[in-house]
Amino acid sequence: MIEIIGVNKSFGEHAVLQNINALFDKGKVNLIIGASGGGKSVLSKCIVGLHEVDNGQILFDGKDVCQMNELERRELRKKIGMLFQGGALFDSMTVENNIMFPLRMFTGMRKPEMRDKVNFCLERVNLAGKGHLYPSECSGGMKKRVAIARAIVMNPEYLFCDEPNSGLDPKTSILIDNLIQEITYEFNTTTIVITHDMNSVIEIGDTINFMFEGKNWWQGNKNEIVQTENPQVVDFVYASKFMKQIKEKLK
Amino acid sequence: MLTIVSNIGKYMLMMWEVFSKPQRLSIFWKRFIEEVNIIGVSSFPIVMLMSVFMGGVIALQTASNMDVPLLPEYTIGYITRQSTILEFSPTIISLILAGKIGSSVSSEIGMMRVTEQIDALEIMGVNSLNYLIFPKIMAAVFFFPIIIIFSMLLSMLGGWLSLVSTGLSSSESYIYGLRSFFRVYSVYYALSKTVVFGFLIISVSSFYGYYAKGGAIDVGRSSTKAVVYSSISILVANFLITQMFLL
Ligand SMILES: Nc1ncnc2c1ncn2[C@@H]1O[C@H](COP(=O)(O)OP(=O)(O)OP(=O)(O)O)[C@@H](O)[C@H]1O
Ligand SMILES: [Mg+2]
Repeated sequence: MIEIIGVNKSFGEHAVLQNINALFDKGKVNLIIGASGGGKSVLSKCIVGLHEVDNGQILFDGKDVCQMNELERRELRKKIGMLFQGGALFDSMTVENNIMFPLRMFTGMRKPEMRDKVNFCLERVNLAGKGHLYPSECSGGMKKRVAIARAIVMNPEYLFCDEPNSGLDPKTSILIDNLIQEITYEFNTTTIVITHDMNSVIEIGDTINFMFEGKNWWQGNKNEIVQTENPQVVDFVYASKFMKQIKEKLK
Repeated sequence: MLTIVSNIGKYMLMMWEVFSKPQRLSIFWKRFIEEVNIIGVSSFPIVMLMSVFMGGVIALQTASNMDVPLLPEYTIGYITRQSTILEFSPTIISLILAGKIGSSVSSEIGMMRVTEQIDALEIMGVNSLNYLIFPKIMAAVFFFPIIIIFSMLLSMLGGWLSLVSTGLSSSESYIYGLRSFFRVYSVYYALSKTVVFGFLIISVSSFYGYYAKGGAIDVGRSSTKAVVYSSISILVANFLITQMFLL
């Protein structure tokens, strides 16, 4: 469980996060949604300690990251898997070595054991047999899936996914959503997913935080979000014609 | 002025992290071998080329400027050897390597920074400074002296080639000159300088790469800075070391 209490963050004059409070449950897929530039990625980086917050508390199962020193943070981070918005694959390594990297660094596994684990992860993201490619030889969506495979290879306790299905076709996108959901339920991870995709919201959103202008504007779950009257949320959810039509039908 | 002081402070703090114990020794060795290849082995061709030609020119210049008949012919060999060992090979070659290696180190690390690869390392719990930079520094510290010894030998060879081919001096007297008044101390002095220069090139360039911000243009800018500041640091260090050891 991750609890965020009164977090503020600004870059110079620009206040990106204003008094954010949120609760991300264990064993659930917790979504952060909101318009582009609303501070979602910054929030996720603050949570994992890549950005220092100006004030506030970020509690990982009760322990405040902001109070930790570098060593304690490193220990905590071994339990975190993170998918970056841009993938952030190591471009000097093959896909296989990218995924194997955390295993090599932190486990005493033998090579065949690691290979098995990597192949298992590659299969889960539908990339079996692509381990020999370099990131520069992968398509955008493939990179994303490799990055997901790398994020889950250590069976993390906390999983962060920044837009896991942007740039994927609808079918692969659903596959990834389901994968994230499965892992969350199977390993009881605290999962935080940042997304724009209304499909995923409806599909996997156990809890939903809607960010608007740097504030945590609205909180609820996937059933509540289609019924809420909050104008900003309605604006966001029913931005597309398709969703509008669905709303008409439901009425 | 304030930025200089704060940058030096930041650099010191960075070095503290860089020189912590590697989290996994086997990975460190693998990285070290990679870096020896990138930093060391791949620098050989340019160093060989430079050394042969510079040695040739030093010998020619010395020979053609020796008008006083009192000076024995072997002075050419002696001067070529002294200037090669004391300054040309350790300092000038290091300056050239600062250009070659400094820009590549800083743009490699800078690119990793702006594409969030460094963040990805950090988030796995890896000490990114130690993982990325320590093997580079060790590779440079270990391999620079080897490169420089080669450069010294080649540059003396270059001198010999140029003299013999132009007929400005005889082979015997050049070689006699190379061997006269030789003190091993000067080679030690030169090699210790190289170790310091290698360390400076890698650490200063890594510093500018690691703290790069923004995009491709900024990475380019910081690799320019890396080359400029590692060259300056070599010049300053050279001055200080020379004062300390030769006077
Ligand atoms: N390192 C930084 N320095 C300065 N400003 C930043 C930095 N990172 C983000 N910002 C600013 O913070 C704001 C929020 O950025 P963020 O990346 O969190 O948006 P986002 O909600 O993830 O958007 P998107 O959905 O497009 O990814 C933006 O206005 C951006 O300009
Ligand atoms: Mg974002």
